[in-house]
Amino acid sequence: MKISFRRLIPQTHSTSGTLRNSFDRRSLVVGSVQGGIGMLLAARMAYLAVFENEKYKLEAESNRVNLSLIPPRRGWILDRHGTPLASNRADFRVDAIPARMTNVEQELTTVAQLLQLDPVQRQDLGDKIDKARGFAAVEVASGLEWERFASVSVRLPDLPGIVTQRGFSRDYPNGPSVAHLIGYVGPATAEEYQKDHDPLLITPGYKVGKDGLEKVFEKELRGKPGARRVEVTASGRIVRELETREDTPGQSIKLTIDGGLQDYASRRIGLESAAVVVIDCLTGGILALCSMPAFDPNSFADGIGRLEWKMLNEDDHIPLLNKALRGLYPPGSTMKPMAALAFQLHGVSPDERVNCPGGYRLGRRFFRCDAVHGSVDMRSAIEHSCNTYFWSMVHRVGYDAIAPVARLLGLGQEFDIPVAQQRYGTIPDAAWKMRRFHQEWSAADSLNASIGQGYVSVSPFQMAVMTSRIASGHNLQPSLIYGQPKPFGPALPFTPEQLAVVHDGMFNVVNGHGTGRGSRIDINGVLMAGKTGTAQVRRMISRGHVADWKSRDHSHFICYAPTDAPRYAMSVVVEHGGFGASAAAPIAKDVMTYLFDPGKAWDTLLAMEKAWGGTAQERLDARYRQFVAQYGVGAPKVSAEEEIEKAREAEDAQPPANAPQPAPEPASPENAADEQPARAPAREDAGAGPAPSNGQAAPNISGATP
Amino acid sequence: MSISIVPEVVARQPWRMLIPLFGLVSLGAAVLYSAAGGHLQPYALSHVIRFGVFLVMAIVISRVSRDFFRMAAYPIYGGIVALLVLVELIGAVGGGSQRWLNLGFMTLQPSELMKPAIVLVLAKFYETLPPPMTGSWRGLVPAGVLIGIPAALVILQPDLGTALAICFGGAVTMFLAGLPLWWFLSAGAAAIIAIPVAFFTLLHDYQRNRVLTFLDPESDPLGTGYHITQSKIAIGSGGVFGKGFGNGTQSHLQYLPEAHTDFVFATMAEEWGFLGGLFVLFVFGVLLTWGMNVARRSPDRFSSLLAAGMAATVFFYVAINLMMVMGLAPVVGIPLPFMSHGGTSMLTNMICVGTMMAVNRWNQRSNTFS
Repeated sequence: MKISFRRLIPQTHSTSGTLRNSFDRRSLVVGSVQGGIGMLLAARMAYLAVFENEKYKLEAESNRVNLSLIPPRRGWILDRHGTPLASNRADFRVDAIPARMTNVEQELTTVAQLLQLDPVQRQDLGDKIDKARGFAAVEVASGLEWERFASVSVRLPDLPGIVTQRGFSRDYPNGPSVAHLIGYVGPATAEEYQKDHDPLLITPGYKVGKDGLEKVFEKELRGKPGARRVEVTASGRIVRELETREDTPGQSIKLTIDGGLQDYASRRIGLESAAVVVIDCLTGGILALCSMPAFDPNSFADGIGRLEWKMLNEDDHIPLLNKALRGLYPPGSTMKPMAALAFQLHGVSPDERVNCPGGYRLGRRFFRCDAVHGSVDMRSAIEHSCNTYFWSMVHRVGYDAIAPVARLLGLGQEFDIPVAQQRYGTIPDAAWKMRRFHQEWSAADSLNASIGQGYVSVSPFQMAVMTSRIASGHNLQPSLIYGQPKPFGPALPFTPEQLAVVHDGMFNVVNGHGTGRGSRIDINGVLMAGKTGTAQVRRMISRGHVADWKSRDHSHFICYAPTDAPRYAMSVVVEHGGFGASAAAPIAKDVMTYLFDPGKAWDTLLAMEKAWGGTAQERLDARYRQFVAQYGVGAPKVSAEEEIEKAREAEDAQPPANAPQPAPEPASPENAADEQPARAPAREDAGAGPAPSNGQAAPNISGATP
Repeated sequence: MSISIVPEVVARQPWRMLIPLFGLVSLGAAVLYSAAGGHLQPYALSHVIRFGVFLVMAIVISRVSRDFFRMAAYPIYGGIVALLVLVELIGAVGGGSQRWLNLGFMTLQPSELMKPAIVLVLAKFYETLPPPMTGSWRGLVPAGVLIGIPAALVILQPDLGTALAICFGGAVTMFLAGLPLWWFLSAGAAAIIAIPVAFFTLLHDYQRNRVLTFLDPESDPLGTGYHITQSKIAIGSGGVFGKGFGNGTQSHLQYLPEAHTDFVFATMAEEWGFLGGLFVLFVFGVLLTWGMNVARRSPDRFSSLLAAGMAATVFFYVAINLMMVMGLAPVVGIPLPFMSHGGTSMLTNMICVGTMMAVNRWNQRSNTFS
């Protein structure tokens, strides 16, 4: 080249000879360059195919093979007889993975058409997609029929990001009856995924426990995922399965709950807003833990729709609150058996008689009893629920003598049971009042507290524990897991004689001339003992049923049976149910009947359900259909789970809804005589206007059985 | 020539080149058969048929006389430029860019035809140019115009790859025609300066992206870098002996884009391995060496420039395509001769082969006569 370079620049005159020479040389150059590039290509290929072969082989494999997790089947939750309360049902499902979808709206519309979703379902689906972070799968539909499932499956190539699979979904055979106890499952939220970076959480079809036992036992129930290696095309279509490792189902959990009883009790509550707790007096095992109305845990599993949320949130019976554990109520006269034990511990003879002239005078104030009971001893005071007896006795021993006994029997206590959340309420005493309101404990406070009013607030569950301890005389510790009863706590300081006094009183409430005699049972000689309670929500304007449901009294009943050898203890709380004997006691009677004669109990219930418009599940479904018809897609968008969480936090932060506000002593002395030892709102009402003559009397009307 | 049982017409054909070429086309057909999932349709069968048809055409071309080539050079060139203008016009009227003319029975891409045509017209030009003028402006400017017109039209389409192929074919012909070396060196220097400018001004966004991606394919593995990455995976995972016929996962599971056209080499390499790649390189080596030898053996300037230019055109296809699939060049839409599925590229390459065969025949005749 150098030669031609030198020659050609100076030489402007070329001849065909020199050009021929130049061609020969240059064609050699071109040929060598071509050969050189050929060598370069061969070398490059050798580098890729021979030296980097391993790396690219791996990459080709990771392209080709897609490892997908098979969600493990969740462990079952069983009742004491091994009947499933929560199980898994095989189903066909369709999920969407928003990050892999090319045209979200269009695809969803297509899928909605194929699956024949109604407008409300379509809207809920849109909400779920909006809320989802791209990588997580969103359930489009589950429990599909084969035809619907197949219609989507064949269209998959046009629907990137849509996944169809056969899998298992959670099934709660008893529906709302176990909703609060068991909880429900749902897809993991982005926050849950951030906390626990298990890829299982974003696997389509995988659900985590969101509430109740499902949440508490999440680890045990979860199981180990299986895996499926499949060959996929670039567009994600599965060509063939390579190998499959089966999933390991989660552990099953056996509860002390009696499934039939739980279902019966929940359904027996009917249209009321109520809680029923049944405890085994021998072991402390919880046999039923019901709170109604409730939601349908089956329908919560795919997320809570707008309309569902609207329906549940607007219900004044608060279906989202587990009233058995988190509802706090003034217990009213159901405290009297406990108070009677406390009196005996402090030297009050059960035979000492107190004259009830229809009320009790404390200083310048007169506290009215429900009736003129005349001369009563401890037994008949319990039987007739005479307030005067308890006021005069508490005035003698002081409430600070009663509060420790209340706690000893379980009131105001939190228990070591595996439930999501419990609230322990308030057993007030002087120290508590000073800490909370910076006020001295007054004699009036003692009077109020002794009959379960004023500052006292407890949960239905605590009342059941108290009943079981009074009935058995043992310091029973409630338990929920079958086969693992908790050992008794330190022995209770009551003598059998002291307990017998209370047992006699409670026996007579139902079987004598007491307040609960309408709810007497006698099944082959099995008798029940109990105690009614009627707790004021606000000052009574008129007795009995008032128009405004929210201002009616809470109706309580505690009981145990059989009376000679207590086996079952129960508490029933009916919110705003009126008299204890009229709302709570009949429920308790039927539930107790179920325990000894289920057939008879079912006959009673089925007849009632006809009048109520079906079972709890049927009524819930009907109500939802009505909401769909009424509101359609017009409900506002909410994030139900966040709302529930917020509501819980708010509940925990605030004093119980029923707890009294600091009550100033009455300002006007002329009103003082009529002043009730009741809660603050009552007093304010009294001052606000003239009250009807018959409504003023009693702070507590638990004794009255119409 | 000794007496033999094969007819003289057959015996005269350049079998040394043709037999490896048949091998290559067969391999191409096998790869296309596999790429279609084990079916002759739609690729393999038409590939073989096209080759057969165009082989007949090449043999016909090889029978054409040197004088006819000389005479037809300018009219052919002019006709194809006219077609390029027509394509531009149709594109402008249709409101979008277009590269092909629909002839009814096939679509014709005039820019492809321009690749051999530019070699032909330059060979004719330098033959008629008096040798002393080779080093003067008269040797450069008309040739530059001849290259520039079609190149500009093709760039407008826009089709950078084909424009580069035209320029490359033209430039190699000019180089072999004996133009002063320092012109090429200074043109190269100018190009080095001009490339960054052109990169930011002339190129379309998608072209710029391709270049950027080439420089760093992993930067956008799912976007424009996807092609290069998947192609390298296909070639690399093939290893020495390949995964076996019909077992390529990259192509069969559609990870490899354009598995039957531009990236057919990757499809082949996955199933046939490094050995298959060497075979392909070997056949192209045979073909191009034969072409260059034909050029060197031919006694006159026109023939030698024509044959060498044709070889260079085929070489450009091969080199750019293989460099692209191995990640050594940006993704430009240039198919691999005799293997990629596509009628136009087969036509162009067979015109080149036919032309080289024609020169070969002229050589044999002159040898026979001398």
